[in-house]
Amino acid sequence: MLNSIGRPTAPTAAETQDYPTFTGNKGLQLEQPLLFEIGRADCTGVDFEDVTLNDNALGKFQRDSIGLVGLSEPEAMRHYVRLSQKNYSIDAGLYPLGSCTMKHNPRLNEKMARLAGFSDIHPLQPISTVQGALQLMDTLSHYLLTLTGMEAVALSPKAGAHGEMCGMMAIKAALIARGEAGTRTTVLVPISAHGTNPATAAQLGFTVRDVPARADGTVCVETVKSLLDDSVAAIMLTNPNTCGLFEREVKQIADAVHEAGGYFYCDGANFNAIVGKVKVADLGVDAMHINLHKTFSTPHGGGGPGSGPVVLSPALAKFAPVPFVKKVGNGYVLIEHTSSSASEPRIHLKEDPRVKPEDDSHLAFGRMVAFHGQTGMYVRALTYMLSHGADGMRQASEDAVLNANYIKACLQDLYSVPFDVKFCMHEALFDDRCLNGTGLTTLDLAKAMIDEGYHPMTMYFPLVVHGAMLIEPTESESLAALDLFIATMRDLMMRAQSGNPDIIHQFKTAPHHTPRARLDETRAARSPKLRWNA
Amino acid sequence: MKYKDTHEYIKADGTVGITNHAQELLGDIVFVELPKIGRVVKAGEAVAVVESVKAASEVYAPVSGEIIAINEALNGAPERVNQSPESDAWFFKLKVANDAEVSALMDEAAYKAMIG
Amino acid sequence: MRYHPHSTADREFMLQKIGAAHINELFSDIPENARIQGDLPLPAHASEMSVERQLSSLAAHNVSAGSVPFFCGAGAYKHHVPAMVDHLIQRSEFLTSYTPYQPEISQGTLQYLFEFQTQVALLTGMDVANASMYDGSTAAAEAVLMAHRITKKRKCLVSGSLHPHYADVIETNANLTGDACVRLPADARNAEDIIAQLDESLSCIVIQTPSFFGHLIDLQPIADAAHKLNIIVIAVFTEVVSLGLLQSPGAMGADIVVGEGQSIGNALNFGGPYLGLFATREKYVRQMPGRLCGETVDANGKRGFVLTLSTREQHIRRDKATSNICTNSGLCALAFTIHTTLLGEKGLQQMARINHAKALELRTALQGVKGVEILNTTFFNEFSIALPKPAAEIVEALAARNILGGVPASRLLPAEPSMHNILILAATEITTSEDIALLTTALKEVL
Repeated sequence: MLNSIGRPTAPTAAETQDYPTFTGNKGLQLEQPLLFEIGRADCTGVDFEDVTLNDNALGKFQRDSIGLVGLSEPEAMRHYVRLSQKNYSIDAGLYPLGSCTMKHNPRLNEKMARLAGFSDIHPLQPISTVQGALQLMDTLSHYLLTLTGMEAVALSPKAGAHGEMCGMMAIKAALIARGEAGTRTTVLVPISAHGTNPATAAQLGFTVRDVPARADGTVCVETVKSLLDDSVAAIMLTNPNTCGLFEREVKQIADAVHEAGGYFYCDGANFNAIVGKVKVADLGVDAMHINLHKTFSTPHGGGGPGSGPVVLSPALAKFAPVPFVKKVGNGYVLIEHTSSSASEPRIHLKEDPRVKPEDDSHLAFGRMVAFHGQTGMYVRALTYMLSHGADGMRQASEDAVLNANYIKACLQDLYSVPFDVKFCMHEALFDDRCLNGTGLTTLDLAKAMIDEGYHPMTMYFPLVVHGAMLIEPTESESLAALDLFIATMRDLMMRAQSGNPDIIHQFKTAPHHTPRARLDETRAARSPKLRWNA
Repeated sequence: MKYKDTHEYIKADGTVGITNHAQELLGDIVFVELPKIGRVVKAGEAVAVVESVKAASEVYAPVSGEIIAINEALNGAPERVNQSPESDAWFFKLKVANDAEVSALMDEAAYKAMIG
Repeated sequence: MRYHPHSTADREFMLQKIGAAHINELFSDIPENARIQGDLPLPAHASEMSVERQLSSLAAHNVSAGSVPFFCGAGAYKHHVPAMVDHLIQRSEFLTSYTPYQPEISQGTLQYLFEFQTQVALLTGMDVANASMYDGSTAAAEAVLMAHRITKKRKCLVSGSLHPHYADVIETNANLTGDACVRLPADARNAEDIIAQLDESLSCIVIQTPSFFGHLIDLQPIADAAHKLNIIVIAVFTEVVSLGLLQSPGAMGADIVVGEGQSIGNALNFGGPYLGLFATREKYVRQMPGRLCGETVDANGKRGFVLTLSTREQHIRRDKATSNICTNSGLCALAFTIHTTLLGEKGLQQMARINHAKALELRTALQGVKGVEILNTTFFNEFSIALPKPAAEIVEALAARNILGGVPASRLLPAEPSMHNILILAATEITTSEDIALLTTALKEVL
């Protein structure tokens, strides 16, 4: 007998009471001070030799102290690992944030982006030494053009909103070329649009005019027509829209806008619903950004980096910004300047004998970013595309739409649906009428979801729906995961509607099982503390 | 006291602020941006800004006139707008250009009817 | 397909539950003539092994910086990044989380952003920094728009010290918004007198130190002159490691400091993703673009962090927002903050000194090459030389000898004949004496 000391091997009765601990930690929930409270000015986790500069070329510009602190490697590792453990993530659970497309991020994408041939090349090293990178950009362009049927693509925008800016800049450039930039100053934007749409238009000096939605959440072509005149530069329309619906009259709207002399900017945030199902070009779109970090699974990274290439119609293609890749013989060149020789086309043109590149060689509207855009994200997105293939990408969209409709079908008896529609696209939208009389809000329900181990859905957006709850499951969720989510949401709503004051209190004070309880945002905004001070 | 449909009030002495109903709609006020003294404004012109955590709202001049005073006390203590919007948490004082514009605004009964 | 959990039976069951006979019924709102029938003319799905093979073959057609003597800078720099950094940023909880809109389950992201903002404020010598921008060039363009908001003037003056791509981005914005933008000629020899160009109509000046050509510029007299005329001084840097050794732009009177943070924690990545740093004075914080993380307390009185002052942003202010920016460069900011934490004050200063020492060594070696004229009297880890031949040809000739020998100024300024013979070279802690010897030997051959 090696060990005969008796000790209990089964748990005693379950304990729910919250016993305080000496450290403030609660088992795996570990408190972590700020870096500046544990770091030291003389501590470093990197070994460098101490170089003394006898001579220097620094003039009078040397500084004394900076105020930074350092940690040794083991301390730094623990600091950031502990911080990471305070985050929810798609790898840990369902992340149904509507409009954000939180799908699985394959790790092959990460591995490919870290190949030295991609990650360790300088943006300005000779073109002869980066042919593989240019071929990668060319291949990605080919995929994006094939998926949308559009004429050209500008890869360089750094994020979705930056892509919107690119598309609207191309429209502005086209208006300048037509001599109408001074008169066409209005951009139509539905109230349901992402805030970036009106912000982008305003940043370019356009005046934003709201387009009201129909009772079913879509935009009516007659309404658009009533707003059209010769002051309209463009309409910015999200399709599928932010209510999770496909704009049925999108082509008629596009035609009407074109007839009135305007352009159609399509916000492609919801492209994941329609990849391989719809030819965007056939909808009359002039420009659309594609969020590689949504549809093509480049990771969201806690808020970036994103990537927002823009596909363009023949009307706008010639205004696309530099840089872009061009195939010449067996190799690739990078067109980096608007003023280079007139024989260079400024856009990534499809091979089309009718297009004479030299016709439009002076029209590129300029440059949006230093270097060539988010190459690291191009690698990840192309890896996703090659992995999925044409069949897999279509299947992904079908499953994304299937999953959203399944959630809608399984919740709509308990959750109120704002619009009387049979099917939705890749996100299911509910409003807060189901909470009427409970004393609870969409926010309370969302916080209670956190206690159940789910990231909340998008709340209070779109603005056209009261107390909106926008659920986007994506294609990555299994049927079992969806069923558990649905069961949880049903249980939450039944509890919310129970009228039991204890339960209501529990909702109103949720979450209870997180590293922090609800945070005082009012205090943060009234007297902003935006950095650590000793 | 007279009211504009965008929830500003103006008192007989030209004091302008936002109504109690408006502060309730906004929730916890975290920031107020006031105009410069001496600025001449037209009725309906955006003159000040009031912000809660999740909303930002313009404060419009209910009538035309010149800004002759601002309530500096709000700068360090925007929460006062929640506490006493219609008394000491006023925004600015107008030297009214045309009294007829004031008469044309809503009275208390009409405003109450509007907000239901 | 390995990424799709559903079986055919699952899909059929779900369609039944939904009340649809066929998947295409769910897509029936799409106009008939815009629907895609069958699959698009792209290859079918492929195994991990097959995809890896395809991409590795593309990667093999590039010459990586680490495989040859390497001297390229001009806005992007190769530094050694500790192994721990890349490990940590690939943790699921950092890599696959969204913007921290639900603070109770995002304290990890929020706390590192707060630490990041503090580090950036300290490095730049400013009061506050935001949670990052897309990159240095877009940060510079946003700074110009911010200056326009503050001064209510709409004209900027761009110094010839500024990275030409950054100037292009600012100019493109101005061309399309109708704002005025005056751009001074590229200044390879540090001869610019920007003070003489100042007048009251200007909203801001944009000036870079160390400059695109490597010169160190004294911002203080420029800031003093500008402030008398109500002009905002926007200071730019592209090599953030320089701030380990050099006077901060904040201490020299800048009002807004923006720059590229790639050098710390982030790889070259052929130009992106990178990390825009953005800092300013406290009094301008409500005019700032981008996300801000702030400290507060939770319902139990414990310290916690939230995104704050969001009424500046597009999702609330819509067409009156300070910027249309919606995201930051979160994961790159994380890499930056981890690397900066590992370095600490001591490590960053040591690293910066080594960078300068390597650049001095490179300069001394090049002084011994006939035909090379060094254009800088001051520099940090990068300087410019004039050659007797077009620099682009020399760089190609060096590349043929397996040396990535700097960036020809003409690559960014092709329209300016005075730039054709100018080469910009950088040295960092990765540069070895052997690399420098190989470069000088090859240069002697090709000149």
